[in-house]
Amino acid sequence: MELSPEAAEEAATAASSVPEEIIRVEGLWKVFGRDPKRITAAKYAHQSKEEIQKKTGNIIGLRNVDFSVKKGEFFIIMGLSGSGKSTLIRNIIRLINPTAGKIFIKERNITKLSENDLLDFRKDTFGMVFQHYGLLPHLTVLDNAAFGLKVRRIPKGEQYAKAMQALETVGLKGWEDYYPGSLSGGMQQRVGLARALANNPDILLMDEPFSGLDPLIRRQMQDEFIELQEKLQKTIVFVTHDLSEALKLGDRIAILHDGEVAQIGTPEEIVTEPADDYVREFVHDASPAKVVTAGKIMLDPEVLLYSWEGPKTALTILKKNNRQGAFVVDQKHRLLGVANQARLEKFQNDVEDPEKAKLKPPVVKEVPSVGEDTVLEDLFSIVTANPYPIPVVSESGRLLGIVKTDDIFEAISPNGGDGDD
Amino acid sequence: MIEFPEIVRIPLRDWIDAAMSWLLVHLDGFFDAVGWIILKVMLGFEYIFTVIPWFLFIPLIFFAGWKMLKSLSMGIVMALMLFLIGCFGYWELAMKTLSLVSASVLFSLLIGIPTGIAMAQRDRTESILKPVLDAMQTMPSFVYLIPALMFFGLGRVPAVIATIIYAVPPVIRLTNVGIRTVDPEAVEAAKAFGAKRKQVLLDVQLPLAKPSIMVGINQTTMMALAMVVIGSMIGAKGLGMEVLLSINRIEVGRGFEAGISIVFLAIIIDRLTFSISKRT
Repeated sequence: MELSPEAAEEAATAASSVPEEIIRVEGLWKVFGRDPKRITAAKYAHQSKEEIQKKTGNIIGLRNVDFSVKKGEFFIIMGLSGSGKSTLIRNIIRLINPTAGKIFIKERNITKLSENDLLDFRKDTFGMVFQHYGLLPHLTVLDNAAFGLKVRRIPKGEQYAKAMQALETVGLKGWEDYYPGSLSGGMQQRVGLARALANNPDILLMDEPFSGLDPLIRRQMQDEFIELQEKLQKTIVFVTHDLSEALKLGDRIAILHDGEVAQIGTPEEIVTEPADDYVREFVHDASPAKVVTAGKIMLDPEVLLYSWEGPKTALTILKKNNRQGAFVVDQKHRLLGVANQARLEKFQNDVEDPEKAKLKPPVVKEVPSVGEDTVLEDLFSIVTANPYPIPVVSESGRLLGIVKTDDIFEAISPNGGDGDD
Repeated sequence: MIEFPEIVRIPLRDWIDAAMSWLLVHLDGFFDAVGWIILKVMLGFEYIFTVIPWFLFIPLIFFAGWKMLKSLSMGIVMALMLFLIGCFGYWELAMKTLSLVSASVLFSLLIGIPTGIAMAQRDRTESILKPVLDAMQTMPSFVYLIPALMFFGLGRVPAVIATIIYAVPPVIRLTNVGIRTVDPEAVEAAKAFGAKRKQVLLDVQLPLAKPSIMVGINQTTMMALAMVVIGSMIGAKGLGMEVLLSINRIEVGRGFEAGISIVFLAIIIDRLTFSISKRT
């Protein structure tokens, strides 16, 4: 097929704008015990995990799991212990072999790969981080970080150069000659992360990487990891049992229950629209303030002033709408600030030619604004500090909408949000 | 007492006797070859231990004890023990015993470590080998001493064979346990990075199992030393034979001297090999 340069370019941009699926899991089953395949049959479909275990002695690890992960996505697999989350992440890399189903990684069905092809595929595609770090105590931090490269038989010098770079990325420069045993848990996990990153993998698999750490260190690692991910833009599959961690880190979350997917959705969807009782129970204590964003609850401002309007016009508009003040935007709809009646009247009297005067500082007072992605929790301090609604602006400063105090509290109250839809 | 019915007797003894005579006739060459290899290795060790004169060997052990155990007094004690063995007039016999033990341990490790590795790979191998190891450790040694004698003739070679049978189980067991108790995440991590079985074994499992394997080597060495008295019954020269002779002649003092010499050797070997296992 021949493509004109323009068409090719268009196709390319179209492809890049729609993120490709890098992982797709279809009808995945993992059953432990004797003759596991028979459990996938239809006659067991309506029986619970416990019933099947009682009758057949087989333990269901995963039951007909479907999901996909897009390139660059931060995908969380969440569940309590025994829900199958560790089994699932190990199936993706085939550290555990599935009983039935297909796993496509980069459009390739890896359930069909031979042992040798699988090893090569792992080398090129994955980096994995483990809960208890899985480091080798007899090797230095540098050698540990270089392990994946050593397996790939990369020349020694290059191994160390890349491993050093990875250690620097995770903030462990200067620690390369120490042994893992002399490092704290948080630092050991950084080594684990550096080892995974040194290979520059397409997909990063993380099995409860922060669960073994102290709460304070855990939070710090999460924050640093968010920052790191903004730079790296890796595809990440992240297993956790900690809801707040899932809500904080994930683009999308899959909640597993008894080996089945209970719900897949964004943190906000999970918290505000739980799919079933299990998920509802699960997210019961989660505060919507941590997941609902300003963009979700913002409204169009009822009254808006434009910078080219004079004080007189502005006052008329305010009075007509029975308002004390309103936000002011310029020609490009960028937010300038807020103007109120009192200051406008003073301004009108002070300037010589009210007809030609423009709305700009100091008559327009600057106010704090937030972005679309800001979670409600972060609005609280602004709400308490100033009397105006909070303006929501885009990255270029355009006013997108406003958030009123009442709406914030309505959104985070337990029965809020349900009312409108 | 109700007697066990004689009718259900199984003639295992006849079968084994038959198997023995078949082996003796048909695998004669094989046993000769094995015996030859063992003898050559033995003689090699004997050469090493006899060519080093006592006035070099004692300071050598002193330094080894001092440096490896990081204790000057331990070095002095060890040197003193060796010196005492010489004072009892057993230097040459002690060196013969040492070479017998060394050869036995060398063969035990050559057999034991790979067996332990194989045992750790599959549960099935483990379940088959475990009772075999139990038998090797609990079977009265005379039971296999006699067949060894029949296959290899009198002397040092059957003594080495019997010592191997008795001493090899600890290193097999501890290699197996050591590999099985390696942090499963470290093994998973290696696999996740695409490491082949061999790489997992060499880069992860063996290094992490090393302390356990070292304890196994230490135990095997001690058991080999404990076997030398028995070995002397089929003609292996050494301190064990001295013990045996003095028991036969009821010479308590002489038996005591030889016995103490064995204990001294045991202490020296144990401390030195144990320090290696602890260092890793």
